[in-house]
Amino acid sequence: MISKLLNPLGKHIDSFLMTCLLLTMLVGLFVLYSASGQSFERLYAQCINIIVALGFMWGAANIGPTKLERIALPLYVIGVLLLIAVALFGSISHGARRWLNLGVMQIQPSEIMRIAMPMMLAYYFSKRESKPVLADFAIGGLLLVVPVMLIMKQPDLGTALLVAASGFYILFLAGLSWKWLVGGIVLFAASTPILWPLLHDYQRRRIEILLDPTQDPLGAGYHTIQAIIALGSGGIAGKGWLNGTQAQLDFLPERTTDFIFAVFGEEFGLLGILLLLLLFSLIIMRGLVIASQAQSTFSRLLAGSITLTFFTYVFVNMGMVSGILPVVGVPLPLVSYGGTSMVTILLSFGILMSIQTHKNLVAN
Amino acid sequence: MRPEVKDHLYEQYHFKLRLGFTAFAVIGLFVLLAFRFFYLQIAQYAHYQTLAENNRISLVPIVANRGLIIDKNGVVLAHNFFVYTLEITPSKVKDLEATITGLSQFVEIGALDRKRFNKFRAQSRNFESLPIRTHLNELEAAKFAVNHYRFPGVEIKSRLFRHYPLGKLGSHMVGYIGRINDNDLVGLEKSDQLSNYKGSDHIGKSGLEQFYESYLHGTTGFQQVEIDADGHAVRVLSSTSPTPGDNLILSADSKMQEIAETAFGNRRGALVAINPKTGEVLSFVSMPTFDANLFVDGIDLDNWKSLNDSLDKPLINRPLRGIYPPGSTFKPFVALAGLENGKRTPPFSIQDSGFFTLPNSTHHYRDWKPGGHGMVDIQRAITISCDTFFYGLAMELGIEKLSAFVGHFGFGRLSGLDIKGENAGLLPTPDWKQRRFKQPWYQGETVITGIGQGYTLVTPMQLAQATAILANNGVAMKPHLVSKIEKAITGQPLVIAPLIQDKIEINAENLEIVKRGMVAVTLPGGTAASIGANAPYSIAAKTGTAQVVGIRQNEKYNASSIDERHRDHALFIAYAPAENPTIALAVIVENGGHGGSAAGPIARKVMDYYLLGKVPEVEAAGADKKPSVSTARNNASTPEELHD
Repeated sequence: MISKLLNPLGKHIDSFLMTCLLLTMLVGLFVLYSASGQSFERLYAQCINIIVALGFMWGAANIGPTKLERIALPLYVIGVLLLIAVALFGSISHGARRWLNLGVMQIQPSEIMRIAMPMMLAYYFSKRESKPVLADFAIGGLLLVVPVMLIMKQPDLGTALLVAASGFYILFLAGLSWKWLVGGIVLFAASTPILWPLLHDYQRRRIEILLDPTQDPLGAGYHTIQAIIALGSGGIAGKGWLNGTQAQLDFLPERTTDFIFAVFGEEFGLLGILLLLLLFSLIIMRGLVIASQAQSTFSRLLAGSITLTFFTYVFVNMGMVSGILPVVGVPLPLVSYGGTSMVTILLSFGILMSIQTHKNLVAN
Repeated sequence: MRPEVKDHLYEQYHFKLRLGFTAFAVIGLFVLLAFRFFYLQIAQYAHYQTLAENNRISLVPIVANRGLIIDKNGVVLAHNFFVYTLEITPSKVKDLEATITGLSQFVEIGALDRKRFNKFRAQSRNFESLPIRTHLNELEAAKFAVNHYRFPGVEIKSRLFRHYPLGKLGSHMVGYIGRINDNDLVGLEKSDQLSNYKGSDHIGKSGLEQFYESYLHGTTGFQQVEIDADGHAVRVLSSTSPTPGDNLILSADSKMQEIAETAFGNRRGALVAINPKTGEVLSFVSMPTFDANLFVDGIDLDNWKSLNDSLDKPLINRPLRGIYPPGSTFKPFVALAGLENGKRTPPFSIQDSGFFTLPNSTHHYRDWKPGGHGMVDIQRAITISCDTFFYGLAMELGIEKLSAFVGHFGFGRLSGLDIKGENAGLLPTPDWKQRRFKQPWYQGETVITGIGQGYTLVTPMQLAQATAILANNGVAMKPHLVSKIEKAITGQPLVIAPLIQDKIEINAENLEIVKRGMVAVTLPGGTAASIGANAPYSIAAKTGTAQVVGIRQNEKYNASSIDERHRDHALFIAYAPAENPTIALAVIVENGGHGGSAAGPIARKVMDYYLLGKVPEVEAAGADKKPSVSTARNNASTPEELHD
């Protein structure tokens, strides 16, 4: 009876992926409870975020990849137009122009781009009749650069980085030749002196402080120094749940959002971290398997990009918390507090599930 | 390159190849991360373990000296001094009750101190150091120091305290600081100021202290110190000095403030004086005042209750938040509206028989003078405050034109003064009434708007600013209390330059008519003749009386039979010297009765001081209570004097 009821509900849910996601989110809730100073309010709010995001995931999983392919172009165009609108009329908070006030609600168009970018590029390459040539990659690159520039201008380095990564993965998976790839990287490295002045003061400062956190022990460097102390003092087994002194005594800034991983590392130690890394690896490997089994160029590229972007989230966040990457403001997916990122992440996993579970239907 | 036809099998193979590469890259990068964690958590564990242990005080913020607030003559209105406080860090103390009881053997700890401490505890986190006693004297500090070892987690700290040396004087203007609460933290986070407030306990909560917080606070300095297990600093590793906050120099004069506040006596009300040419606010009085020092240290419940529950409402910032019907002080502006709209052109006059009726109505809109004033032209209508004249004028103008014109003088909108929490008052329109009450506008409401009654509400600040704009021939200067912001170390001043807010195009002849009418108010025959008596400079003024309760038709207003708090508010606006005004002001005395006799003398004292440097003689106690008697004695009073 129950299974009959659940069957249509779970028809498009990939159970392996779902289990890993739920486990990770559960870990996240435990860490959040500790990081928020044992606040049930925060926990409750995050549960609401998760439920809403699961709704989005379920919705996306039930839309077939062919439909997704059809909305790729309009979604991208709307996304770019909204980004231009933000640049022109967006409201400013925290010194950045990211939000667009629509009267009834505020939206952050850069979040739309996280989904729209890989969809658009996957769509573009799936429409090429021939093997993609250099011109295709040039056009793809242009489709990638314009929105990324707009997001960087806001400025929102973290999101710009992730959107750029999601697009880049498509180019890479579509077969961008190694020659051009390596050439591009060399070119980028050579152009750093030109790009440097284009960065915002605070972005430049973040990179400078990454190289030497002691430069600003109370401002920007404070985050990194305190996070590293938290991680390091966690040791092998950690200080125990709710017992991290760095976290509980308020030394860690932004410890429910971007720096929540430091709380986790302090309280659960290296063993906890390795288990969490394992969970993330399982999710990523499952994603890659889904990509390799996908039946159309579009779903293949999209699934690959979504999975690798998720990996980028994890890597950049852990890298910045442990002090090997600059603090760019990327949350730890499925764990950090926040509704918007939870929705975009689970929505993208919904797309993955859709690609996996609609396979046979397409074949039929 | 020749475009190849898509080979699906080849494409899939190629894709899987790339995917395989990324899978290896993912694993490789995760292994790299794992190595990093291994390095931090295993190899460097001991190092970070020690750092975490000692973290507590490894960085000690050095709070910057808060900027001073100084009046235009250099009299200090707000400054800082060091006091010893006895502080407990709850997380370091095992038994809090026993510790406090133990401490009370050496240092007096009263019930109020305990209450306040518990309040702080409820609002803060366990590891913050919280004061159990402030203002320790040398002896108490010494007694505790000897027994310090018995109380781990308890420390004597030397903290900067804010002090307002003049106490109650100008407290609504200067404002006060208070302990930082959750709301303040949210605000600081939004403005990216959180790290600058590490170590700060206080933040501006009202008045100039609040508005200029970002200037007054300064930049926090830091000391990196090595500490031992007991939490004592062993040595200073590095240190960045704090930058003290900027000093505020006001355009107000504390002596003038004192004269004005004294003149109010124990009456409630407000006074705002402005230099019409620059927008500098010269006096900002809200009566009664309160002692701002009570708030600095966290106000205790008894004091709070007595201030908050008092019928006199001392905590309300009356000049900015008190809203009153303008009464007859509205008339000069209505007159100008009539002249500028061409509804009245001299020598137009009316025959006033003591009342006004609308066409097709029998309702009598009465003049304050039974029987009326006889022949009245527009200039005389201002001088003698003829109600009948303005009833008719308002009706002919219509409410839209009337409200729109006087709106240019700043009524109905914020003045932009450098204190937060201003009320915009109200200039009614039919649209507004429809929205607010779902009712149409009645013509009778236009009629009474002509004499400043009805829905119209103004703040004393607006009234003063409107008077200043009139005095400055329609040029509105942005009002401000602070004239200079001075860097504490270099003394380099940032001068707040006069800023033109708005310029109203007014026909010079029309302006002259209104101004002549206002000058005549303080001459024999005017409604405030006594205020102008013996003044060596000429004063343009207008008196006003605002009804607190309605008076029914054919009922007579009898001040003595009405409860004091239901008596009319007394209003008075003026500027002087009339030919070349350097001061414009508005005075309101709540339930004071007639504007000329209750509010006028206060204005005269302020103007005498400002223009002549004259300090009023100390008056016999109680003289303030019956100002009407003293004015009546000094001057032959006309019947006009007894009304507005």
